[in-house]
Amino acid sequence: MELIGGVVPGGINLIHLQDVTKTYRSAGGGEVDAIRDITLDVRKGEIFGIIGHSGAGKSTLIRCMNLLERPTRGTVKVGEVLLTDLGERGLQRERRKIGMIFQHFNLLSSVTVRDNIAFPLKLAGQKKPAIARRVDELLTLVGLQAHGDKFPSQLSGGQKQRVGIARALAANPEVLLCDEATSALDPQTTNSILSLLMDINEKLGLTIVLITHEMGVIRSICDRVAVMDAGTIVEFGNVLDVFLKPSHPVTRQFVDEMSDLSDGAPLRTRDNSRLIRLHFVGEETYQPVLFEALKGSPVQCAILQGTVSRMKHTPYGQLLVELSGGGPGEADAVIESLRASGLDVEVLPE
Amino acid sequence: MTWENINWDEIWQATQDTLTMMVFSMIFTVILGLALGVLLYLTSSRQLLYMPALYSVLSFVVNILRSVPFIILMIAVMPFTEAIVNTTIGVKGAIPPLVIGAAPFFARLVETALREVDKGVIEAAQAMGASKWDIVRRVLLRESRPGLLAAVTVTAVTLVSYTAMMGTIGAGGLGDLAIRYGYMRFQTDIMIVTVVILIVLVQLLQVLGDRLVRRISRR
Repeated sequence: MELIGGVVPGGINLIHLQDVTKTYRSAGGGEVDAIRDITLDVRKGEIFGIIGHSGAGKSTLIRCMNLLERPTRGTVKVGEVLLTDLGERGLQRERRKIGMIFQHFNLLSSVTVRDNIAFPLKLAGQKKPAIARRVDELLTLVGLQAHGDKFPSQLSGGQKQRVGIARALAANPEVLLCDEATSALDPQTTNSILSLLMDINEKLGLTIVLITHEMGVIRSICDRVAVMDAGTIVEFGNVLDVFLKPSHPVTRQFVDEMSDLSDGAPLRTRDNSRLIRLHFVGEETYQPVLFEALKGSPVQCAILQGTVSRMKHTPYGQLLVELSGGGPGEADAVIESLRASGLDVEVLPE
Repeated sequence: MTWENINWDEIWQATQDTLTMMVFSMIFTVILGLALGVLLYLTSSRQLLYMPALYSVLSFVVNILRSVPFIILMIAVMPFTEAIVNTTIGVKGAIPPLVIGAAPFFARLVETALREVDKGVIEAAQAMGASKWDIVRRVLLRESRPGLLAAVTVTAVTLVSYTAMMGTIGAGGLGDLAIRYGYMRFQTDIMIVTVVILIVLVQLLQVLGDRLVRRISRR
């Protein structure tokens, strides 16, 4: 399989999966590939999202990155180390450099928040005073200074996930794997956890890989995304590119779940009009391009639908516009002038 | 009914014997049963040390020991008791049969308690680079503490009745007193006193156990 994503100038690959396949024996005795021939790279410092419906294989894929699931075939490299070549001891050592958080937090219920966060430090054999200092730092980082001596059962979901994050970061990992980290949280808590993750990514330069079935998560914090379906990656690239112009049906489904833009056909109000969809990305989102293009033209426009939003730091917008009036070719001229101003114009079929 | 047969010194001595048997057999039962229970858990299917052959053997042995009624088991193991403590009577001779009878029972309870530990927490520990030993020590045994303590309580109560049975083959203790005086000599007053003491003992164990479980439960 070709290398999806590839090595892009300036980006150092931190995780490299090569032809990774994981086969499970099903109950009936047959074999099922949970993921099949996946090759992908995660770059140092990015937030990399994997989206897919349940059963698409994203959970298996993220578990192959720290070998919680050992691939049936293929290799996994994190940093300079080929994890698939390591024995148990070596793997345990490498896993300390890979943090992980979970949908259901997976905290020890029998010990306090402090002891939960200290867990990986104790595993690493650190001394008590050093552990106490580090735990204090982490509690501050995730905003739980006041809750160190509580037990997990006394915390809310969002607070539990913060403990999970602090614990995952305790041993200063290079990568943080997030397994549906916000799926058990309400929307508001989800946002606070996502902004914490983005904060950590920017402040500590930590590479983050996350899996989710929520488009909103990908849109708000990811740099690049892989869309999974039936055990393979069906679409891959920068979040903006993938979601502004989805090519695979599954991707389109995810995009549609988020926006309420329809295909426009039922919205047509006048005969002999043209329907166009405009895509704005970045600064042009705020420019009066439509006004400029229509200035001095007999063509009239009606905005049928529209949205202006953000993907991570990039503003983007979509407008569904109906052009009417004017002579033949004049609507075409407007479209041309919109294109000339750098806009992406999609002419919808009659 | 009169209470003329009661010799409180003898009753006190018997109570002490029962308690001594309980304490020592409990110590060995917990050590052996915990190890056996952890091994049963780890070698069972989809666990950290999945070994179907070993699991089958262990499970078979445990089932055999548990299916023999204790009153028969305590006699059947006499040669073994003789071999390790050089006697089959008295408090000393009572400990091996009590442990052999109670440890497999406790081991099953331990296995069940460990199964209650959230698999996600084990996975999280693995992801943090914990070894199998780390997981047993820092996750399994810690997370299952309430369940383990409940298992200790149940086993202790069972041991009370086992020590009474041991009284019939010369172990001494309250069971011995009840049988020799209460049953063989029709001294009902002694029977009643021993039964009351046994009931109080069981109640105390249960209340104490329940309190401790409640104290360490954090769910």
